[in-house]
Amino acid sequence: MAEDRITDIGPPNYEQFLPPVIKKNYGKWDYHEILRPGVMVHVAESGDKVFTVRCGSPRLLAVTTIRKFADIADKYCDGHLRFTSRNNVEFLLSDESKIDALIAEVEEYGFPVGGMGNSISNIVHTQGWVHCHSAASDASGVVKSVMDELLPHFQNMDLPAKLRVAYACCLNMCGAVHCSDIAILGVHTRAPVIDHGDLPKMCEIPTLVASCPTGAIRPATVDGVNSVEIIEEQCMYCGNCYTVCPAVKINNAQTDGISIWVGGKVSNSRVAPKFSKLAIPFIPNNPPRWPEVVEAVINIVNVYAENARKHERMGEWIDRIGWPKFFELTGIKFTKYHIDDFKHAGETYTRTAQLRH
Amino acid sequence: MTEMKYKTPLLDELEKGPWPSFVKEIKKEAHRPMVQDVLGQVERSYEEHISHWKHGGLVGVMGYGGGVIGRYSDLAHEFTNVAEFHTHRVNQPSAWFYTSDALRTLCDIWDRHGSGLTNMHGSTGDIVFLGSTTQAIEPLFKDLTAAGWDLGGSGSNMRTPSCCVGPARCEWACYDTLDACYNITQNFQDELHRPFFPYKWKFKFAGCPNDCVASIARSDCSVMGTWRDEIQVNQAKVLEYAKTVDIENEICDFCPTRCIEWDGKTLEIDNSNCVKCMHCINVLPKALKPGKDRGATILIGGKAPIVGGALLCSVFVPFLEMDPDSDYEDLKELTEAIWDLWGEHGKMRERVGEFIQRVGMSNFLEEIGLDPIPEMVMAPRSNPYIFFDDEIFETEE
Ligand code: HEM
Ligand code: HEM
Ligand code: SF4
Ligand code: SF4
Ligand code: SF4
Ligand code: SF4
Repeated sequence: MAEDRITDIGPPNYEQFLPPVIKKNYGKWDYHEILRPGVMVHVAESGDKVFTVRCGSPRLLAVTTIRKFADIADKYCDGHLRFTSRNNVEFLLSDESKIDALIAEVEEYGFPVGGMGNSISNIVHTQGWVHCHSAASDASGVVKSVMDELLPHFQNMDLPAKLRVAYACCLNMCGAVHCSDIAILGVHTRAPVIDHGDLPKMCEIPTLVASCPTGAIRPATVDGVNSVEIIEEQCMYCGNCYTVCPAVKINNAQTDGISIWVGGKVSNSRVAPKFSKLAIPFIPNNPPRWPEVVEAVINIVNVYAENARKHERMGEWIDRIGWPKFFELTGIKFTKYHIDDFKHAGETYTRTAQLRH
Repeated sequence: MTEMKYKTPLLDELEKGPWPSFVKEIKKEAHRPMVQDVLGQVERSYEEHISHWKHGGLVGVMGYGGGVIGRYSDLAHEFTNVAEFHTHRVNQPSAWFYTSDALRTLCDIWDRHGSGLTNMHGSTGDIVFLGSTTQAIEPLFKDLTAAGWDLGGSGSNMRTPSCCVGPARCEWACYDTLDACYNITQNFQDELHRPFFPYKWKFKFAGCPNDCVASIARSDCSVMGTWRDEIQVNQAKVLEYAKTVDIENEICDFCPTRCIEWDGKTLEIDNSNCVKCMHCINVLPKALKPGKDRGATILIGGKAPIVGGALLCSVFVPFLEMDPDSDYEDLKELTEAIWDLWGEHGKMRERVGEFIQRVGMSNFLEEIGLDPIPEMVMAPRSNPYIFFDDEIFETEE
């Protein structure tokens, strides 16, 4: 059987998937314009145009839906479409007259058009309870609940600047949410509970000890079996140990929940990229719709939209007004958890008397 | 409508509302017993506020060390059809362009071998096929490769590189992100499929400093397009914009180095002070464009918090030419020098950014043969704890 095995071929060459108008004008685009929310045109030096219609998606897609997208692409786009880095779907047309019918059909099918310009685009997110073992909360359910409410900002371009929301269900941050305007992050708040019965059968103790970034795990004999113990004060609930050893249980229905971080960005425009900073340390899980999380996000979006200057991203606005004002305007309580006590913590202390009074 | 095996009142709540629903998506594939059990198990998670997946034995295809992630139910006695529910990462085409036929081929293959549920796409960039049995893995792989597709990376290897839409549909692309991404992916197939590294390594290719693929935050090696001559200005179009845009307030005031002047008629840019932030170009796309002498800045060492805290990439090479005809030799050479050093001396689960912090940037640069330059730091050190080498006593010739 080994002889007909194909390996190491890598992905198919993208060139075969490019629409003819893109192949022809590759690297020769002159400018673009957002014609209305979710629709833009790119004009080439040759005068050729390509129209893009962007629509939101839940990222988790059934093959049935993907086939529907393929049919829509055949009907309006000579079979051409792409996906974006934020899990949106983009239909690529050369014929402007087909745009309205295309939009009507995708919206009828349940996929809203938008996410361009000064809007809130799709929420990049992770697996959650649908598919990951260390999730402190679900991902898709929180995202769905928040996007149901944020939809007007997806469909309009009425914000001061782009606002990127991201979600990750544990500190591993598969969605690398740590540089988002608003980051919603699942958190464990208690050290893992060890099943000393299973541990010796399932796990290698040296690997387990080495997996802990803070050195909180050490070998120990418990009830006569070789196992480990966790120094609770040293644990920051990263769940690394659980990934290498299922007998060290990080998930906890009572104490897992969600935190909210604000003011990060990745683009270099105006100010350098920044990390998101802690706004709300803990909100208990409240499925199926997480109303407290939704409310907290909406509040931050609204306060930002009312107060930021045009072109200011969340983090730029907060830097201008100062963090005390951010907490005052949003009504979010500042607590001891907001003060960093990890490595390099001192870099975040105010070491100047320049204050707003 | 397929009849549902379990009642899912909590999940059903998430079918309501205007945003597309993942629950509806799952139900579309519920004619499979496996998907019925996913619904049952996820509903249980919603009731109990806890995940019921576990990490288990390693799975994969013969000869590869990555691409498939083992996933098992911890309620396998009850939800027997998801006892095994593995994730497959399939390497996406550059910039996620597809034809309808290509998508149908992928759907047909996944229909035959798994749950019919996908992520389009995973955060690293791959097409993610969610949920198959262990038995299905080899036959799925055979069908995929026969149709011209391959698995992506997982584990301690080079992860699937990804790129922005670049020159395919963006006038600001300063190099060919699609070609570079494809070239690097093909060049390092061995490193992609066979985990030999201390931990993961990610490449991301962004065509300009807007960084639409978040390369500075989400990769170990960010290849970010830039230019080193003058921003191209069309003064007539600036005047046109001046009717609706307050140039002084919206452009000049927001320029981080205040290097733009506007007298109501002409926009004057002091290009020697422009830091290529893209703001003015973003706001006046018809009037301004990046310069013509284009290439990329290479930044190294970004990562999410695990293990030792989050890092953004930092500058290694301020400007590198990215000519496709060069086959990206310089980038490959730099990459291999870093891999050799980190591969030999990095600890298990230590990303390259953390490795650099542990051994010190100066030592790292010396080992890979790069000279220290001021562009690499925001400021020189302020503490006096310097470890001097003998070379400080040598006189220059
Ligand atoms: C075994 C359980 C895990 C599952 C099911 C899982 C799932 C995923 C998936 C589906 C993706 C996107 C995949 C892709 O695009 O190729 C991803 C990416 C990622 N995972 Fe995980 N993951 C797991 C464990 C971890 C662990 C233990 C870490 C860190 C120690 C981690 C960190 C990340 C990061 C940083 C990314 C990519 C972020 C980015 O590129 O933006 N994951 N994970
Ligand atoms: C020609 C103009 C542009 C094109 C063609 C373009 C293209 C894209 C695309 C296709 C995406 C993923 C789409 C999505 O959000 O659904 C994206 C994301 C993004 N864009 Fe742009 N973009 C452009 C302008 C800009 C500008 C002006 C900025 C910043 C000021 C910017 C910064 C970003 C960022 C930060 C992301 C999100 C990356 C992430 O978090 O995943 N882009 N862009
Ligand atoms: S963020 Fe954490 S819980 Fe969520 S998918 Fe990634 S590893 Fe799993
Ligand atoms: S959760 Fe993280 S910090 Fe806590 S014991 Fe496990 S590995 Fe260590
Ligand atoms: S990163 Fe720059 S070149 Fe690439 S799509 Fe975004 S704006 Fe265009
Ligand atoms: S790109 Fe940024 S730094 Fe350069 S001139 Fe424009 S606004 Fe100023």
